Parts: sequence; C-alpha cells; structure tokens
Amino acid sequence: MRVNFTVNGRPQEADDVWEGESLLYVLRERMGLPGSKNACEQGECGSCTVRLDGVPVCSCLVAAGQVEGREVVTVEGLADYAAQRSCGTGACGTSLDEAKDRKAKPLDSQTGEGTQLAPIQQAFIDAGAVQCGFCTPGLLVAADEMLEHNPNPTDADIREALSGNLCRCTGYEKIMDAVRLAAARQGEAV
Amino acid sequence: MPVKGTPIGTPAKVTQRSKTKGGIGESTLRPDGTLKVTGEFAYSSDMWHEDMLWGQILRSTVAHAEIVSIDTVEALKTPGVYAVMTYDDLPTDVKNYGLEIQDTPVLAHGKVRHHGEPVAIVAADHPETARRAAAKIKVEYRELPVITDESSATAPDAILVHENRDDHHIGHVPHPNIVHRQPIVRGDVESARERADFIVEGEYTFGMQDQAFLGPESGLAVPAEDGGVDLYIATQWLHSDLRQIAPVLGLPEDKVRMTLSGVGGAFGGREDLSMQIHACLLALRTGKPVKIVYNRFESFFGHVHRHPAKLHYEHGATKDGKLTHLKARIVLDGGAYASASPAVVGNASSLGAGPYAVDNVDIEAIALYTNNPPCGAMRGFGAVQACFAYEAQMDKLADKVGMDRVAFRQLNAMEQGTVMPTGQVVDSPAPVAELLRRVKAMPMPPEQQWLAAGEAADVRQLPGGLSNTTHGEGVVRGVGYAVGIKNVGFSEGFDDYSTAKVRLEVVGGEPVAVVHTAMAEVGQGGVTVHAQIARTELGVTQVTINPADTQVGSAGSTSASRQTYVTGGAVKNSCELVREKVLEMGRRKFGTYHPAWATAELLLEGGKVVTDAGEVLADLVDVLEGEAVEIEAEWRHRPTEAFDLRTGQGFGHVQYTFAAHRAVVEVDTELGLVKVIELACAQDVGKALNPLSVIGQIQGGTTQGLGIAVMEEIIVDPKTAKVRNPSFTDYLIPTILDTPTIPVDVLELADEHAPYGLRGIGEAPTLSSTPAVLAAVRNATGLELNRTPVRPEHLTGM
Repeated sequence: MRVNFTVNGRPQEADDVWEGESLLYVLRERMGLPGSKNACEQGECGSCTVRLDGVPVCSCLVAAGQVEGREVVTVEGLADYAAQRSCGTGACGTSLDEAKDRKAKPLDSQTGEGTQLAPIQQAFIDAGAVQCGFCTPGLLVAADEMLEHNPNPTDADIREALSGNLCRCTGYEKIMDAVRLAAARQGEAV
Repeated sequence: MPVKGTPIGTPAKVTQRSKTKGGIGESTLRPDGTLKVTGEFAYSSDMWHEDMLWGQILRSTVAHAEIVSIDTVEALKTPGVYAVMTYDDLPTDVKNYGLEIQDTPVLAHGKVRHHGEPVAIVAADHPETARRAAAKIKVEYRELPVITDESSATAPDAILVHENRDDHHIGHVPHPNIVHRQPIVRGDVESARERADFIVEGEYTFGMQDQAFLGPESGLAVPAEDGGVDLYIATQWLHSDLRQIAPVLGLPEDKVRMTLSGVGGAFGGREDLSMQIHACLLALRTGKPVKIVYNRFESFFGHVHRHPAKLHYEHGATKDGKLTHLKARIVLDGGAYASASPAVVGNASSLGAGPYAVDNVDIEAIALYTNNPPCGAMRGFGAVQACFAYEAQMDKLADKVGMDRVAFRQLNAMEQGTVMPTGQVVDSPAPVAELLRRVKAMPMPPEQQWLAAGEAADVRQLPGGLSNTTHGEGVVRGVGYAVGIKNVGFSEGFDDYSTAKVRLEVVGGEPVAVVHTAMAEVGQGGVTVHAQIARTELGVTQVTINPADTQVGSAGSTSASRQTYVTGGAVKNSCELVREKVLEMGRRKFGTYHPAWATAELLLEGGKVVTDAGEVLADLVDVLEGEAVEIEAEWRHRPTEAFDLRTGQGFGHVQYTFAAHRAVVEVDTELGLVKVIELACAQDVGKALNPLSVIGQIQGGTTQGLGIAVMEEIIVDPKTAKVRNPSFTDYLIPTILDTPTIPVDVLELADEHAPYGLRGIGEAPTLSSTPAVLAAVRNATGLELNRTPVRPEHLTGM
C-alpha cells in the first residue's frame, strides 16, 4: 500500500508498504530516519517515541497505515519543531547573529558541532545525560513534550512524564539534571 | 609458591603537565553527543545498504533435544527468500566458536542444548518474509531430560551436556558437567573456627540477570569483491570477534574487515558473538549485503546472562569483632555453553572474601554446564554474586557480636598492604573503611515525608507510586550498608594489552592529533577520555578520534572496568612516543637557537614547545613543517599470573577497585512494595579523568545493582529449562520512577601503578548496590531475605 503523511513538516510518501509494517519501520527503513530507536518493538521502552499530531506515541505500536494524512515529528525534526514553538506566531527569520554562528568548524563532520539543537537536546549533552544514547531520542521527544505543557515541572512530574522511557546506562540522574536544566533555561529565556 | 607482593613494571610517571584546555581531569563533553541527540549517530541497527537482505535466525523451541531432521524445502520456496542455511551448509571444518572454549555451535549440530539455540538462518528481501520463512522450517526434535542445577548436573547417571570435552579445564574438574573449579585456600580454617566466639552460616540465592542493553544485537555484512566481507557491528571487542569469525568463514583475518558501529550499551552482553557469523555466512552465500537485527524477544535468547548462583557462606568472629575465618562454596550456573564461565569462577572465588582482612579462608567456586540459558559476562563478573552473600553475612555477624554494622565492617576492612586470600598483597590504596565512613556521613533523606507534606503529599514518592496503594499506612523505613571489591582488567595471567595509533600533523595551519584504536565505545565515554589524554599529552586543542576498526591492533575488550586504564594507557603511551619524536625534530631544527632545547624539561602546550618554566621555544607548526608524526604501539599493564589450581594462590589481579553504598528504602509491609528513597555511593576512582562521566558510570552501575535487588530476573522453568519472560513486559528493569536519587562521593587516591593513578570504575558500583538495598529491606521488615531479587511475596509471606 501507499501511505502519505507529513514527517517533520515535509509531506512524504511511502510506497510498497506491507500492511503489518509499523510507523517505526517505515521511518527507519523507508524514510532514512533511523533516529527513532528499535530497542524493544513492543511498546515497553519508549525509545521509538515520536509525536503523532502532537501526541507522544511509541511508533513501534502504530501501524503505518494509521498515519495516513497525519503529522509526525521525530527526533530528527525536534530542533525545528522547538524553534517554531519558541517563536510562536511571530516572524521567525534567522537573525544575523544566529547566521554567523552557523559557520562550519573543523570538527563539524565528526561531532555534529554547529548543528542547531532544541534546548532539551543541548541540555542532554551539557548535563551528561547521554551515554550509549540509544534511549536518548525517545527521551528527548517525551521530555520536550512535557516541557511544552509543563514548563516548571517538579521532580515527581519529570519522573512521571518519563516513566515510559527506559534507560540502562545512566541511572536517570543526569537525565533528571538535563530536564531541570532545560526547564531553567527555558524559564530564563522567557 | 611464588607470590609477587612487590610491584613489577615501571610506575607511570606523569611528565607532561600540559594545561591545554580539555585535558584530563576536566568534564569535557562527549564528542558523539550532538550526533546522539539529533538521531544521526549510526547504531548497528541503523545500517542500510542498497539491495540489502534481512537475515533471520530460527531458534530451538526446546532446551535439550536431539535433532532428528530439519526440512527447509518450504522455507526455500517462499518468494523473496534468497538463502536458508543449516549446519550442513557451513563452509569449513570450524563449526564452533567461543571466548575461551570453542564449544558453541554456529548452528546446532545433531543436538540443541538450550532454549533458543540457533538452528537455521534465512536471508530474504523483507524482515517479515525472513521471519515467516524461518517459521516454515520444520525441525523434528527428540527431547532429552534437562539438566538444570547442581544435583541434576552431577548425578551419577547425569547426561553430559558436552560429551567429548577436550578443553584445558577437563583435567581438574570433578565432573564433566562442571566447566571449571577454583579453590582458594589460605591459613587454617579448622583451627580458626575453634577460636571463633561467633559463627554465622547462610545459604544465598542470586537470580539470573540480563544486561538489557537497549540497542539490540545487530549488524550489516557486506560481501567484498576480493571474496572477503566487511562487517559493521556492535561489539565489545572487535579483534576477539574477528578471531572467532574468520575460521568459520574460511577466510584469513585480513579479509574480514570489521568496523565498529554505534553500540547501544553492552554491560558484558556483547563479549560473546551473536549474529556476526550468521550475517557473514548469508552475505557470502547470497553475494548481497545482509542485515540482521534482533527484536527484544530474540535478544533475550541472543546473548549470555549473569550467572545465577547458590552461595553457602560461613564466617566466624571473636567477641571483639575480628573475623577468624571464612568458608564458602559458590555454585554458578553457566548454562549450556562455557562463554566466560571460567573467568567468572576465578573472580567469584578470588574476590569471595570481599574487601576484608581474613587470614583463614577456604573458598570453592564452580560453574556448571546445564541446559539453562548460557551465562557469561555481565558488569561485576562473579564479584557481584559473592558480594551479595558476604555482605549479608557481615550484617548477621555484626548483630551477633553486638557491634554497629558499619563499625564491624570498618574493623575488618582491608587496606593497602593487606594480604588477599590468594596471597596477593594489595599494593595500592584500599580505602574500604573510609568509603564506609563517607557514605554513612552523607545527610539522610527526611523521614515520613508524607506526614510533613500533609495535603500536598505526593503518592508518587511512596511505595506503589502512581498505583496509589498507600498514603503512608504500613510504610516502614529501612537503612542498609554494603561495600565491595572488584578487580580491574583481565586477570590470571592473561596478556591484557591494548594498541593505539596516534598521529600529530598540521591541518589548516593548526596542529591536530589523530587517535585511532580498536576500542569499542559502548557508551562509557572512552572516546571522550582518549581525546582528553591526547590534549594533555600533546598540548593540542583539536583531536580527531578515528572510528574503531580492525585496521589497527587490538584494544582488548570494553569489559572488566579496563578501557580507560588499558587503552587509555595505550593512547597515553603512544602520545608520549609521538612527543619524544616531535621534540627530537625540534632539537634538530632549532636546538642551536636556544640552550633550553638541551637542558630543560620540554612540554607540548597550546600547540607549542615550551620549557617547564613556561618559555616558548617553538610553534608545533614550525617543528612539523607539514610532516606528520605517527606511531602505533602496544601497551601492557604489569603482568598477572594464574591462580594455582589447588590453592588459588597467585598474583592474579592487576588492580582492585572499591565502592560502598547506603540504601534508604521505604517498604509497604502490607503489600510487600519497596520504594528505594536514596542510594548513596562513595567510590575511590584513583583519578577522575572525566568527573562527569565518572559520576554517570557510578549512577548507572548503582541502578543495575538496584534492578537485581528488587525486580530483575530471567525466570527459567525448572521442568523444561525454557525462558518464561523474554520481554520488557515481563523482565522489568528500573524505570525513572523506580530509581532514587543517587548522591555520589568520589574519592581520588592514586594507584601509582596505573596511568595518571586512575582506577577502573565501571563495575564496582554494581556490586554493593544490591546488598545495600537488601540490607535496607531486611532492616525495614526484620525478614532474613537470602535471595535476590526480593519480590512482594517474599515480604508478605504470601
């Protein structure tokens, strides 16, 4: 079958999709977007979390056909999504200072430095919340969604919002730090 | 018996004191961090190749059986299927592999020995096609009785799990269903027992834990024009994989080119091969790239687990609290194949006394061959099971003597100079008593927060959490302490080396160091630390870490808390050799211009050659003048030696590492629900090369210890030896709701034998976390609790 949907703001079309394929499979294997992760493929770990019409879902549990005509945001589109949100409905061009910052640096090809990041992405790096990184994309999407509607979360709020995302490396402490940091920076920016 | 009490080898002297930014001791950020948060970092399951096929493994549905027949006809007829392979299709006489003992069939031959053993492999153009084709393969089994524990393994008429053993352990084991046996005997336990005023005995059970790394086993094999294969893979040790893969394929090692893909965690579970050979076989058979990705169900069958164990311990103490003796027997279930069992036995026995000074010791550890799932390496590696038992014993003994539990441990704590039960003298700091003091001194989380909070009380912080099962009724606080000892590096005489290639060159007018090793970055942050070492040693800002592959010498395994020590040591060593060469070049070019070139100690700093007084002699750019200096060199830590097979005496371990925990729990005693409130850790790390990463490791290790304390266990049916819970629905690992705050106190007492004085850190926090939580639950409930994990029914007696 053919599935038409919007991914990270761009209309996409997937052909020859087998009816049993998950949204996760289509994203990873047909759209070249492997950022959503395949840690359990049974809806238990949250590593494949994406936004489906704004709602965080495990993309491994969504049949590809279900997303026909709908909007999906993955970790690859998180920076743009957060940037659009932060500028609200106003004019959101690139400022001259921002543009200057985008100059390539010698290490760009290796480290991705110079990439535009959502505040939650930057906070994960700065707080040391990334180790193996396999849980990271799902956690970022889930944490970003929480901060969208709860900009001043308590620790218990953070734990509840992220309780569907397993991490095996960090013991979650640095993830808590990262979300607190992103919330604090978001607060300062307002 | 030769026991080397004095250090051999030269202590590493830090002559380079470069202040270059981003060097060792700073919390620099991961070089792969940005790629990991944007989703661009390529893990092994993300690999893609034009025209690629998907591989699928058919696994045995029974644990122990003869294979009567395998019929692949229907599978082969399935449209989209390119190949189906069984044992009969293996290309060479080498049909087994294994880390130490080559007892593991690439594909089952005549017999399966555990539930989930690979029987056949399929390649097809869609993963679902491959799965369905595999399901069409008809395997007829004739079931055999299952061996599941020590009594069934060593019964007089027991079936042998492996009929014709010819490995090097068979000569000293009491039964062919025992992989390896290691006694550790020192002093005189019988007479010491008579001096004991108090004796405690305990029988302890440790459940089977899964590494549960999140990135599933996966990789991509691409057939090459030269008849070889390129393999992109997630592993812990590229060269160990290569040594096992190439002979099965019938290829020389240089035709199996391996590149490390992104690794989604490991924790020991990627020491053994999983899908590597299968993907290569299918790629070579079909002439097309083949990708294999396990799903979570298959992952539970696709790697070895932590050995479940039965441990019998007897300790004695005098009335003033000094340990008199220890007698212990540790039975580890190795499952159907050896994997790392022999080394796990060596660790469990040699570290079985824990971090305590005790002169009279009689320990025996064995690993069984059974039809249970194969067990091997997992973070803590044999030391974890022992720590659970000896720490329970310490509490019981302290209570009998009538001493405070922490004070009792401190009284008996080992220190630098203590003689281990193996006869090895501990020759670097062993701050066991101090770690206990520190962890005890941390402020306590407030009690009964729900009372103080009144209306605002948050059920999420109570046992049962969001299930809203209590508002404080029946909730009891408990506190527990534990401390552990782990070895660092590969032990028992293993040639534990690493290799680093370092190049210094000028790129775009700026000096750049390029570091190339085969170290598997599995998330621990080795790549961060390598860059820091290069900055410190070569005084440059820009460091490029090349991808790990087999085009450079072996780095050894990312295991045993060893990589910062050993590959870090190799990077440091190669940097030092490069620096010497650069300084030589400088002396040749500029030596006549300034006497300091000949007289002063010279450093590389900020891209310049400077004297130790800070005077700039030359710019690296001018010294190098477009020339690159490159050195690849192996580096070894001081050698260890095997344990004597009868007495266990020997300089077996290169370094020891210690951590202590305090657990604070609240238990809903009516429902048997445990909420761990806080799990504080104090650990000596020698030198924190990257403090942020060090704390991350300690918190992560602590949490894995928490998991096996209260929730994680692979359940194997004792009647059928089948795994009953191979999913994250039924095998629970701690979520962010289950995990408490983990305050960490890092102590840095240098080990003069190690690079920068550092101590391996990854595993120690996994040891003491579990017994600390159990001690706290015992403290809250008054129950004996001799098994882990502890579940609600153990607390409510239902």
